[in-house]
Amino acid sequence: MERIPILRMGEYLLVTIQVDMYDQLAMTLQDDLTNCINKNSSRGVLIDISSLEMVDSFIGRMLANISSMSRVLDAETVVVGMQPAVAITLVELGMSLAGVKTALNVEKGMALLQSAARVDFEVDGADD
Amino acid sequence: MVPTIKTADHPLRVEVDIVQARHLVRKWAEQLGFGIVDQTKIVTAASELARNTIVYGRGGEMQLNALENGARKGLELIFTDKGPGIADLKLALQDGYTTGSGLGLGLSGAKRLSNEFEIFSKVGEGTKIIIRRWK
Repeated sequence: MERIPILRMGEYLLVTIQVDMYDQLAMTLQDDLTNCINKNSSRGVLIDISSLEMVDSFIGRMLANISSMSRVLDAETVVVGMQPAVAITLVELGMSLAGVKTALNVEKGMALLQSAARVDFEVDGADD
Repeated sequence: MVPTIKTADHPLRVEVDIVQARHLVRKWAEQLGFGIVDQTKIVTAASELARNTIVYGRGGEMQLNALENGARKGLELIFTDKGPGIADLKLALQDGYTTGSGLGLGLSGAKRLSNEFEIFSKVGEGTKIIIRRWK
């Protein structure tokens, strides 16, 4: 079965979607990512969708699900690289992806994940 | 009656047919000279309706029609299935309403992404949805 590869970089997981998303592939990615977060105690997930030419309600729901599931597992998710035409269409479709953190590119997404981790660290530190 | 300059049929039976339907619609929209936003809108609408045809309509087909009304070009997509039909169209077109496990944005979203939208459904006989987007 085809799978989207998940790369581990320290405490983060990186996913670049470069293939056509069909529904089963989206479901598999959702499962694989939650397992991966759990296994590696990951703090953040970065999903690059810059190659996606279309995000419909099914893919949008997958992104929202991944974001919620990872949050429950104490990891942040950032979706990066959405094409402008995709963003316009997604909002008109009725999905604003509320609750999903986004960034313009991988670099900004990574910075967002790292600053989220730092805030966590400072809060933890204040408890001592 | 708007003249059709090109027509084709695409089966919608299994999940992979949705991906192929998206490719076909993208290609046709490109050839008609649609801009990137218009292309994305009709491809996304097609993806939603193709999935509905398979999941709720138990399979069917999509017909593509390239339209030319004088200097105006458009793309018409007709989704037909012989599934259970929709009892309450008004309800089915409401945002967030679903009888399945989805978000209930398929029909209402596809309608918003199209310039023209028509739906015909009869319980026990099937559903036909026509969308058009003009350049």
